[in-house]
Amino acid sequence: MAKVVIKDSPYNLKRAKILDINSLTEKEKLFKIVFEDHSWLDFEPGQFIMVSLAGIGEIPVSVCSSPLNRHYFEICVRAVGKVTNSLHRLNVGDIIGVRGPYGNGFPIKMIEGHDLLIIAGGLGLAPLRSLILYAIDNRRDFGEIHILLGCKTPQELLFANEIEEWGRRLDLHFACTVDRADPDWKGNVGLITSLIPGIDIDPVRTYAAVVGPPIMYKFVIKELLAKGLPVDQILLSFERHMKCGMGKCGRCQIQNLYCCKDGPVFTFKEIMDMAEAL
Amino acid sequence: MKIEQYRIIEKSKFDDFINSLISLSKVVAPVYKGFKNYIFQEIKSAEQISLKYIPTIIPPKKYFMPQRETILQFDVNNELKVDPVVEYENLVLFGVHTCDIAGIKCLNMVLSDKPKDTAYLIRKKHITIIGLECNDYCDEYASCSFVGAHIPTTGYDLMFTDLGEYFIVHIHSSKGTDIIEKTGFFKPAKDINIEELRNLRTQKLKIFNNEVPTERRYLPDLFDRSFNASVWKELENKCLSCGNCTAVCPTCYCFDIKDDVDLTLKVGERYRIWFSCQLDPFAKVAGGIDFRKDRSARQRHRFYRKFRYHIDRYGMVYCTGCGRCSRTCMAKINLKEVLTSLIKESEAKIWRKWL
Repeated sequence: MAKVVIKDSPYNLKRAKILDINSLTEKEKLFKIVFEDHSWLDFEPGQFIMVSLAGIGEIPVSVCSSPLNRHYFEICVRAVGKVTNSLHRLNVGDIIGVRGPYGNGFPIKMIEGHDLLIIAGGLGLAPLRSLILYAIDNRRDFGEIHILLGCKTPQELLFANEIEEWGRRLDLHFACTVDRADPDWKGNVGLITSLIPGIDIDPVRTYAAVVGPPIMYKFVIKELLAKGLPVDQILLSFERHMKCGMGKCGRCQIQNLYCCKDGPVFTFKEIMDMAEAL
Repeated sequence: MKIEQYRIIEKSKFDDFINSLISLSKVVAPVYKGFKNYIFQEIKSAEQISLKYIPTIIPPKKYFMPQRETILQFDVNNELKVDPVVEYENLVLFGVHTCDIAGIKCLNMVLSDKPKDTAYLIRKKHITIIGLECNDYCDEYASCSFVGAHIPTTGYDLMFTDLGEYFIVHIHSSKGTDIIEKTGFFKPAKDINIEELRNLRTQKLKIFNNEVPTERRYLPDLFDRSFNASVWKELENKCLSCGNCTAVCPTCYCFDIKDDVDLTLKVGERYRIWFSCQLDPFAKVAGGIDFRKDRSARQRHRFYRKFRYHIDRYGMVYCTGCGRCSRTCMAKINLKEVLTSLIKESEAKIWRKWL
């Protein structure tokens, strides 16, 4: 049995260095990463990369920085499993392996020229942050931008500094709610669905980008349809445990769609009749 | 049929041919293991081969996409060094039935789809396929005629067909020509031989009848209306979720990727290992949500992957009719029976459409 090195293997990893680590909450950390050869991760908001720790494993993570930032990219990781917990133990300067980007990302060219309604639940803000930052960077190409944010408790709020800034900006409509408040919380309390009826949007010219835990989608979609949003203007990003990212391993299959290749962003129209999707 | 592409070999010379093939390269062929079990394994002499065999336990996909395959080697001694690798060897697969050739074609389709699986393509290049045509059904589980895999079409370098006193051999590639030339033993085919091959194929049309009461072209329609069929609910109570059906399937290629570290904790490898949509962790994500929690959903997924989803994606039926899943199933879930029940259940709807 001959064994040869094939550098052009799709599983090859690019060495990337951790530039900075920022603890966002108790469980989530933000990693600022740069490729060692200083090449640019050319991705679309909503695309994901495979992050490797040699000997521990590989996980799909969505990139959460602006795609226009050519100096570094960021990922937001919650410590839940073997790889993510190990990632949390890394230090600035450590080397990880990266391959990608994979997936389709949000259809930016379609959204541009329209209003954008962003609905993020919990960690769903991570992939959406990339879209938000892109929209802010290209603010004049978008119509009205609404951002609705929901999470369990005020302590679990991600990107608190940025959120504060988004709330102050005149060119964004921003609202945030928590399921359970604490005495210091001054904002809304309740599920994210409670924010939707109150927003002032023109449904025909609005694209909604929704990312959150699976349970959230059903209820949010119901509210959006009640608002009058067309089914092909509701964009959802799905979570599956992709292993290859290339439409081969079968792990992320939703009926005839591969979440890693055809997704992870789908319009509601594509999946509305599909069991096993939501 | 281009007569130049055909050779014949007397049966008396067959063993000499195999032994000469063994002297040229590693040869893998079906070998009998007792209790109606056959496997593909390396042979050292012609006597080991079973020419008349029912599909082997594991299809020859194990040579194209090994059950466990190293895809990366890494070394963290000084700094992280990663090397993607491929393991391959020159191999002649002898005696592959047309159903298994169809299975290899299915794998080719998926793994050469972009982004291409480099390791697979390299391994494939080093394997020579010598087919062996079935003149009759292997057993009652086969449904090769239904999916059109009972007649050799493409996907082989040489195809042997048993014509009584001799084999007629179709040369399909220059790799095949090389074997013919290097081993000797072959004579050019004459018109009479071609005539006999034609007769056999005509005869086969009578023997191989569609095993399932519908046609292949109606499969998309059938499955489009069967997603909520009660058949799947019945499978819920039968299926043990052991994953045997997918392990032995020539077109199942789903896999998991895992890491393994040496005891020194300095070197290790990442490997790809067969996985099954029938097993519990397959569709689970972080947070414990399982998108195919019920066994009925998993069985349905398997059938849809064979007969529906891949028709849209690759334009092929991903069942080769080999019957392995039915043969191996401990709960006696029979592919042909499931399809037949599906057809019965949706018959009313089909009629409504055509009337």
